[in-house]
Amino acid sequence: MIKFLLRYPEKVVVPLLQHIELTGLTLLISIVIASALSLLLMRSRWLSQLVVGLFSAVYAIPSMALFALLIPLFGLGEKTAVIVLVIYNQFILVRNILGGFHSVDPAVIESAYGMGMSGAQIFFKIRLPLASPVILAGIKIAAVSTIGIATIGATINSGGLGTLLFEGLQTMNMVKILWGTLLSSLLAIAANLLLAALEKKARKAVNGEG
Amino acid sequence: MRTAVEFRSVRKRFPKASYDAVSDVSLKINEGEIVTILGTSGCGKTTLLKMVNRLYEPDSGEILFFGQPIRQMNPVELRRKIGYVIQQVGLFPHMNIGENIATVPKILGWPKQKIEKRVDELLELVQLPAAEFKKRYPHQLSGGQQQRVGLARALAADPAIMLLDEPFGAIDAITRRSLQDELLSIHRKFRKTFLFVTHDIHEAFRLADRVLILDAGKVQQFAAPAEICSKPACGFVEKLVDSAREEQLEWKAGGAENDQVSASLS
Ligand SMILES: Nc1ncnc2c1ncn2[C@@H]1O[C@H](COP(=O)(O)OP(=O)(O)O)[C@@H](O)[C@H]1O
Ligand SMILES: [Mg+2]
Repeated sequence: MIKFLLRYPEKVVVPLLQHIELTGLTLLISIVIASALSLLLMRSRWLSQLVVGLFSAVYAIPSMALFALLIPLFGLGEKTAVIVLVIYNQFILVRNILGGFHSVDPAVIESAYGMGMSGAQIFFKIRLPLASPVILAGIKIAAVSTIGIATIGATINSGGLGTLLFEGLQTMNMVKILWGTLLSSLLAIAANLLLAALEKKARKAVNGEG
Repeated sequence: MRTAVEFRSVRKRFPKASYDAVSDVSLKINEGEIVTILGTSGCGKTTLLKMVNRLYEPDSGEILFFGQPIRQMNPVELRRKIGYVIQQVGLFPHMNIGENIATVPKILGWPKQKIEKRVDELLELVQLPAAEFKKRYPHQLSGGQQQRVGLARALAADPAIMLLDEPFGAIDAITRRSLQDELLSIHRKFRKTFLFVTHDIHEAFRLADRVLILDAGKVQQFAAPAEICSKPACGFVEKLVDSAREEQLEWKAGGAENDQVSASLS
């Protein structure tokens, strides 16, 4: 395996960097869209339930099926992969962002309004910090699942570590398969550890232990 | 004497309700007075209070704050002149006690040193030594201590009036009594106007200059405790006073029985 890496470093490093770029881009877009959606939905409980319900149904569609569905619309390649991944993430992220905000004690919000804090002050100084552990937990799950599902994107030429896996399968090249498996797993574990640490820190701050 | 708060034919009905939560209330509260608002659960005490700091808007009528209609005031500005304390306290769990108390002074842009000094002063006022409590977080405090901080936080920017919604309702009887004493001593010191909601008749009579008795959103009587006892305005008030008296008698009777029991045991 090491020999393969030394002889063809670009065959390992390039897919890894592509994979990081693909998941990073996906997460960024997912978070922006999910934040906007959540802010819109925050006011209406039944509408949020409806939308989260719809996203959970979409989340249940197997990724191959969703790719197949969207290729006629967006073609093969990275764009379609990012779109699919962003759609998947909406369920996890919107559910956790809304859940985070709903988890804030209403008495805390009432006293904040009562003492004369403005809506913006309450959002940035109270609601957002108190919701952040649950939101970060959502981002953690979304990151890990994106890293995983993104490997399947290789079937539609989106690049990334999936390429190593599928090439390895087609040519029965064990070394490629192992590199693909190893790196995608390590990437997922690293993302999980990093975001779990952030979540823990936020949770401590919320409980006044940080 | 100035009028701190005036209600003029104030009425409030919640959407889809078939009755008024507050029904045609007109009265004046003097500056520096402690008024307790007494009534059974659901009679409209909280609704009446929350209309003063515009957490609720009346359907009709008008409320004046030192002569100025609050409808014409910016709600956020108005609330910064009014201290607000609720039963659940609602301290910010991610901020320490000092930061909790400093919230409104910070928003008002006070200089740092003035805020520090004010926080220490207030902690002393509510009998929580700053050295020990300032850096603690809300979850490290007992219920009674949390409510002391709630009180200090509400007093921080020296509000003209204080609204207190059953602030001691979730606190044990002994601690409640000492909190009542502290509230009275704070009032003696600063002569602020207090509107204090409670469903406990003993608390209401103990604290008040005047008691406002509410039932089904209507004012039944608004008078000094002694006058309410000697001249109850209606059957409802009479029943309320009688039931409190009976309770006290039962207590005494119970005490006598207990004495006998202990006597026969010895
Ligand atoms: N936010 C609300 N929405 C609808 N109805 C409410 C709301 N708050 C209070 N009410 C109703 O208004 C009446 C008075 O309630 P409230 O002022 O909270 O009573 P109290 O504080 O005396 O217990 C009750 O019948 C209650 O159910
Ligand atoms: Mg109430």
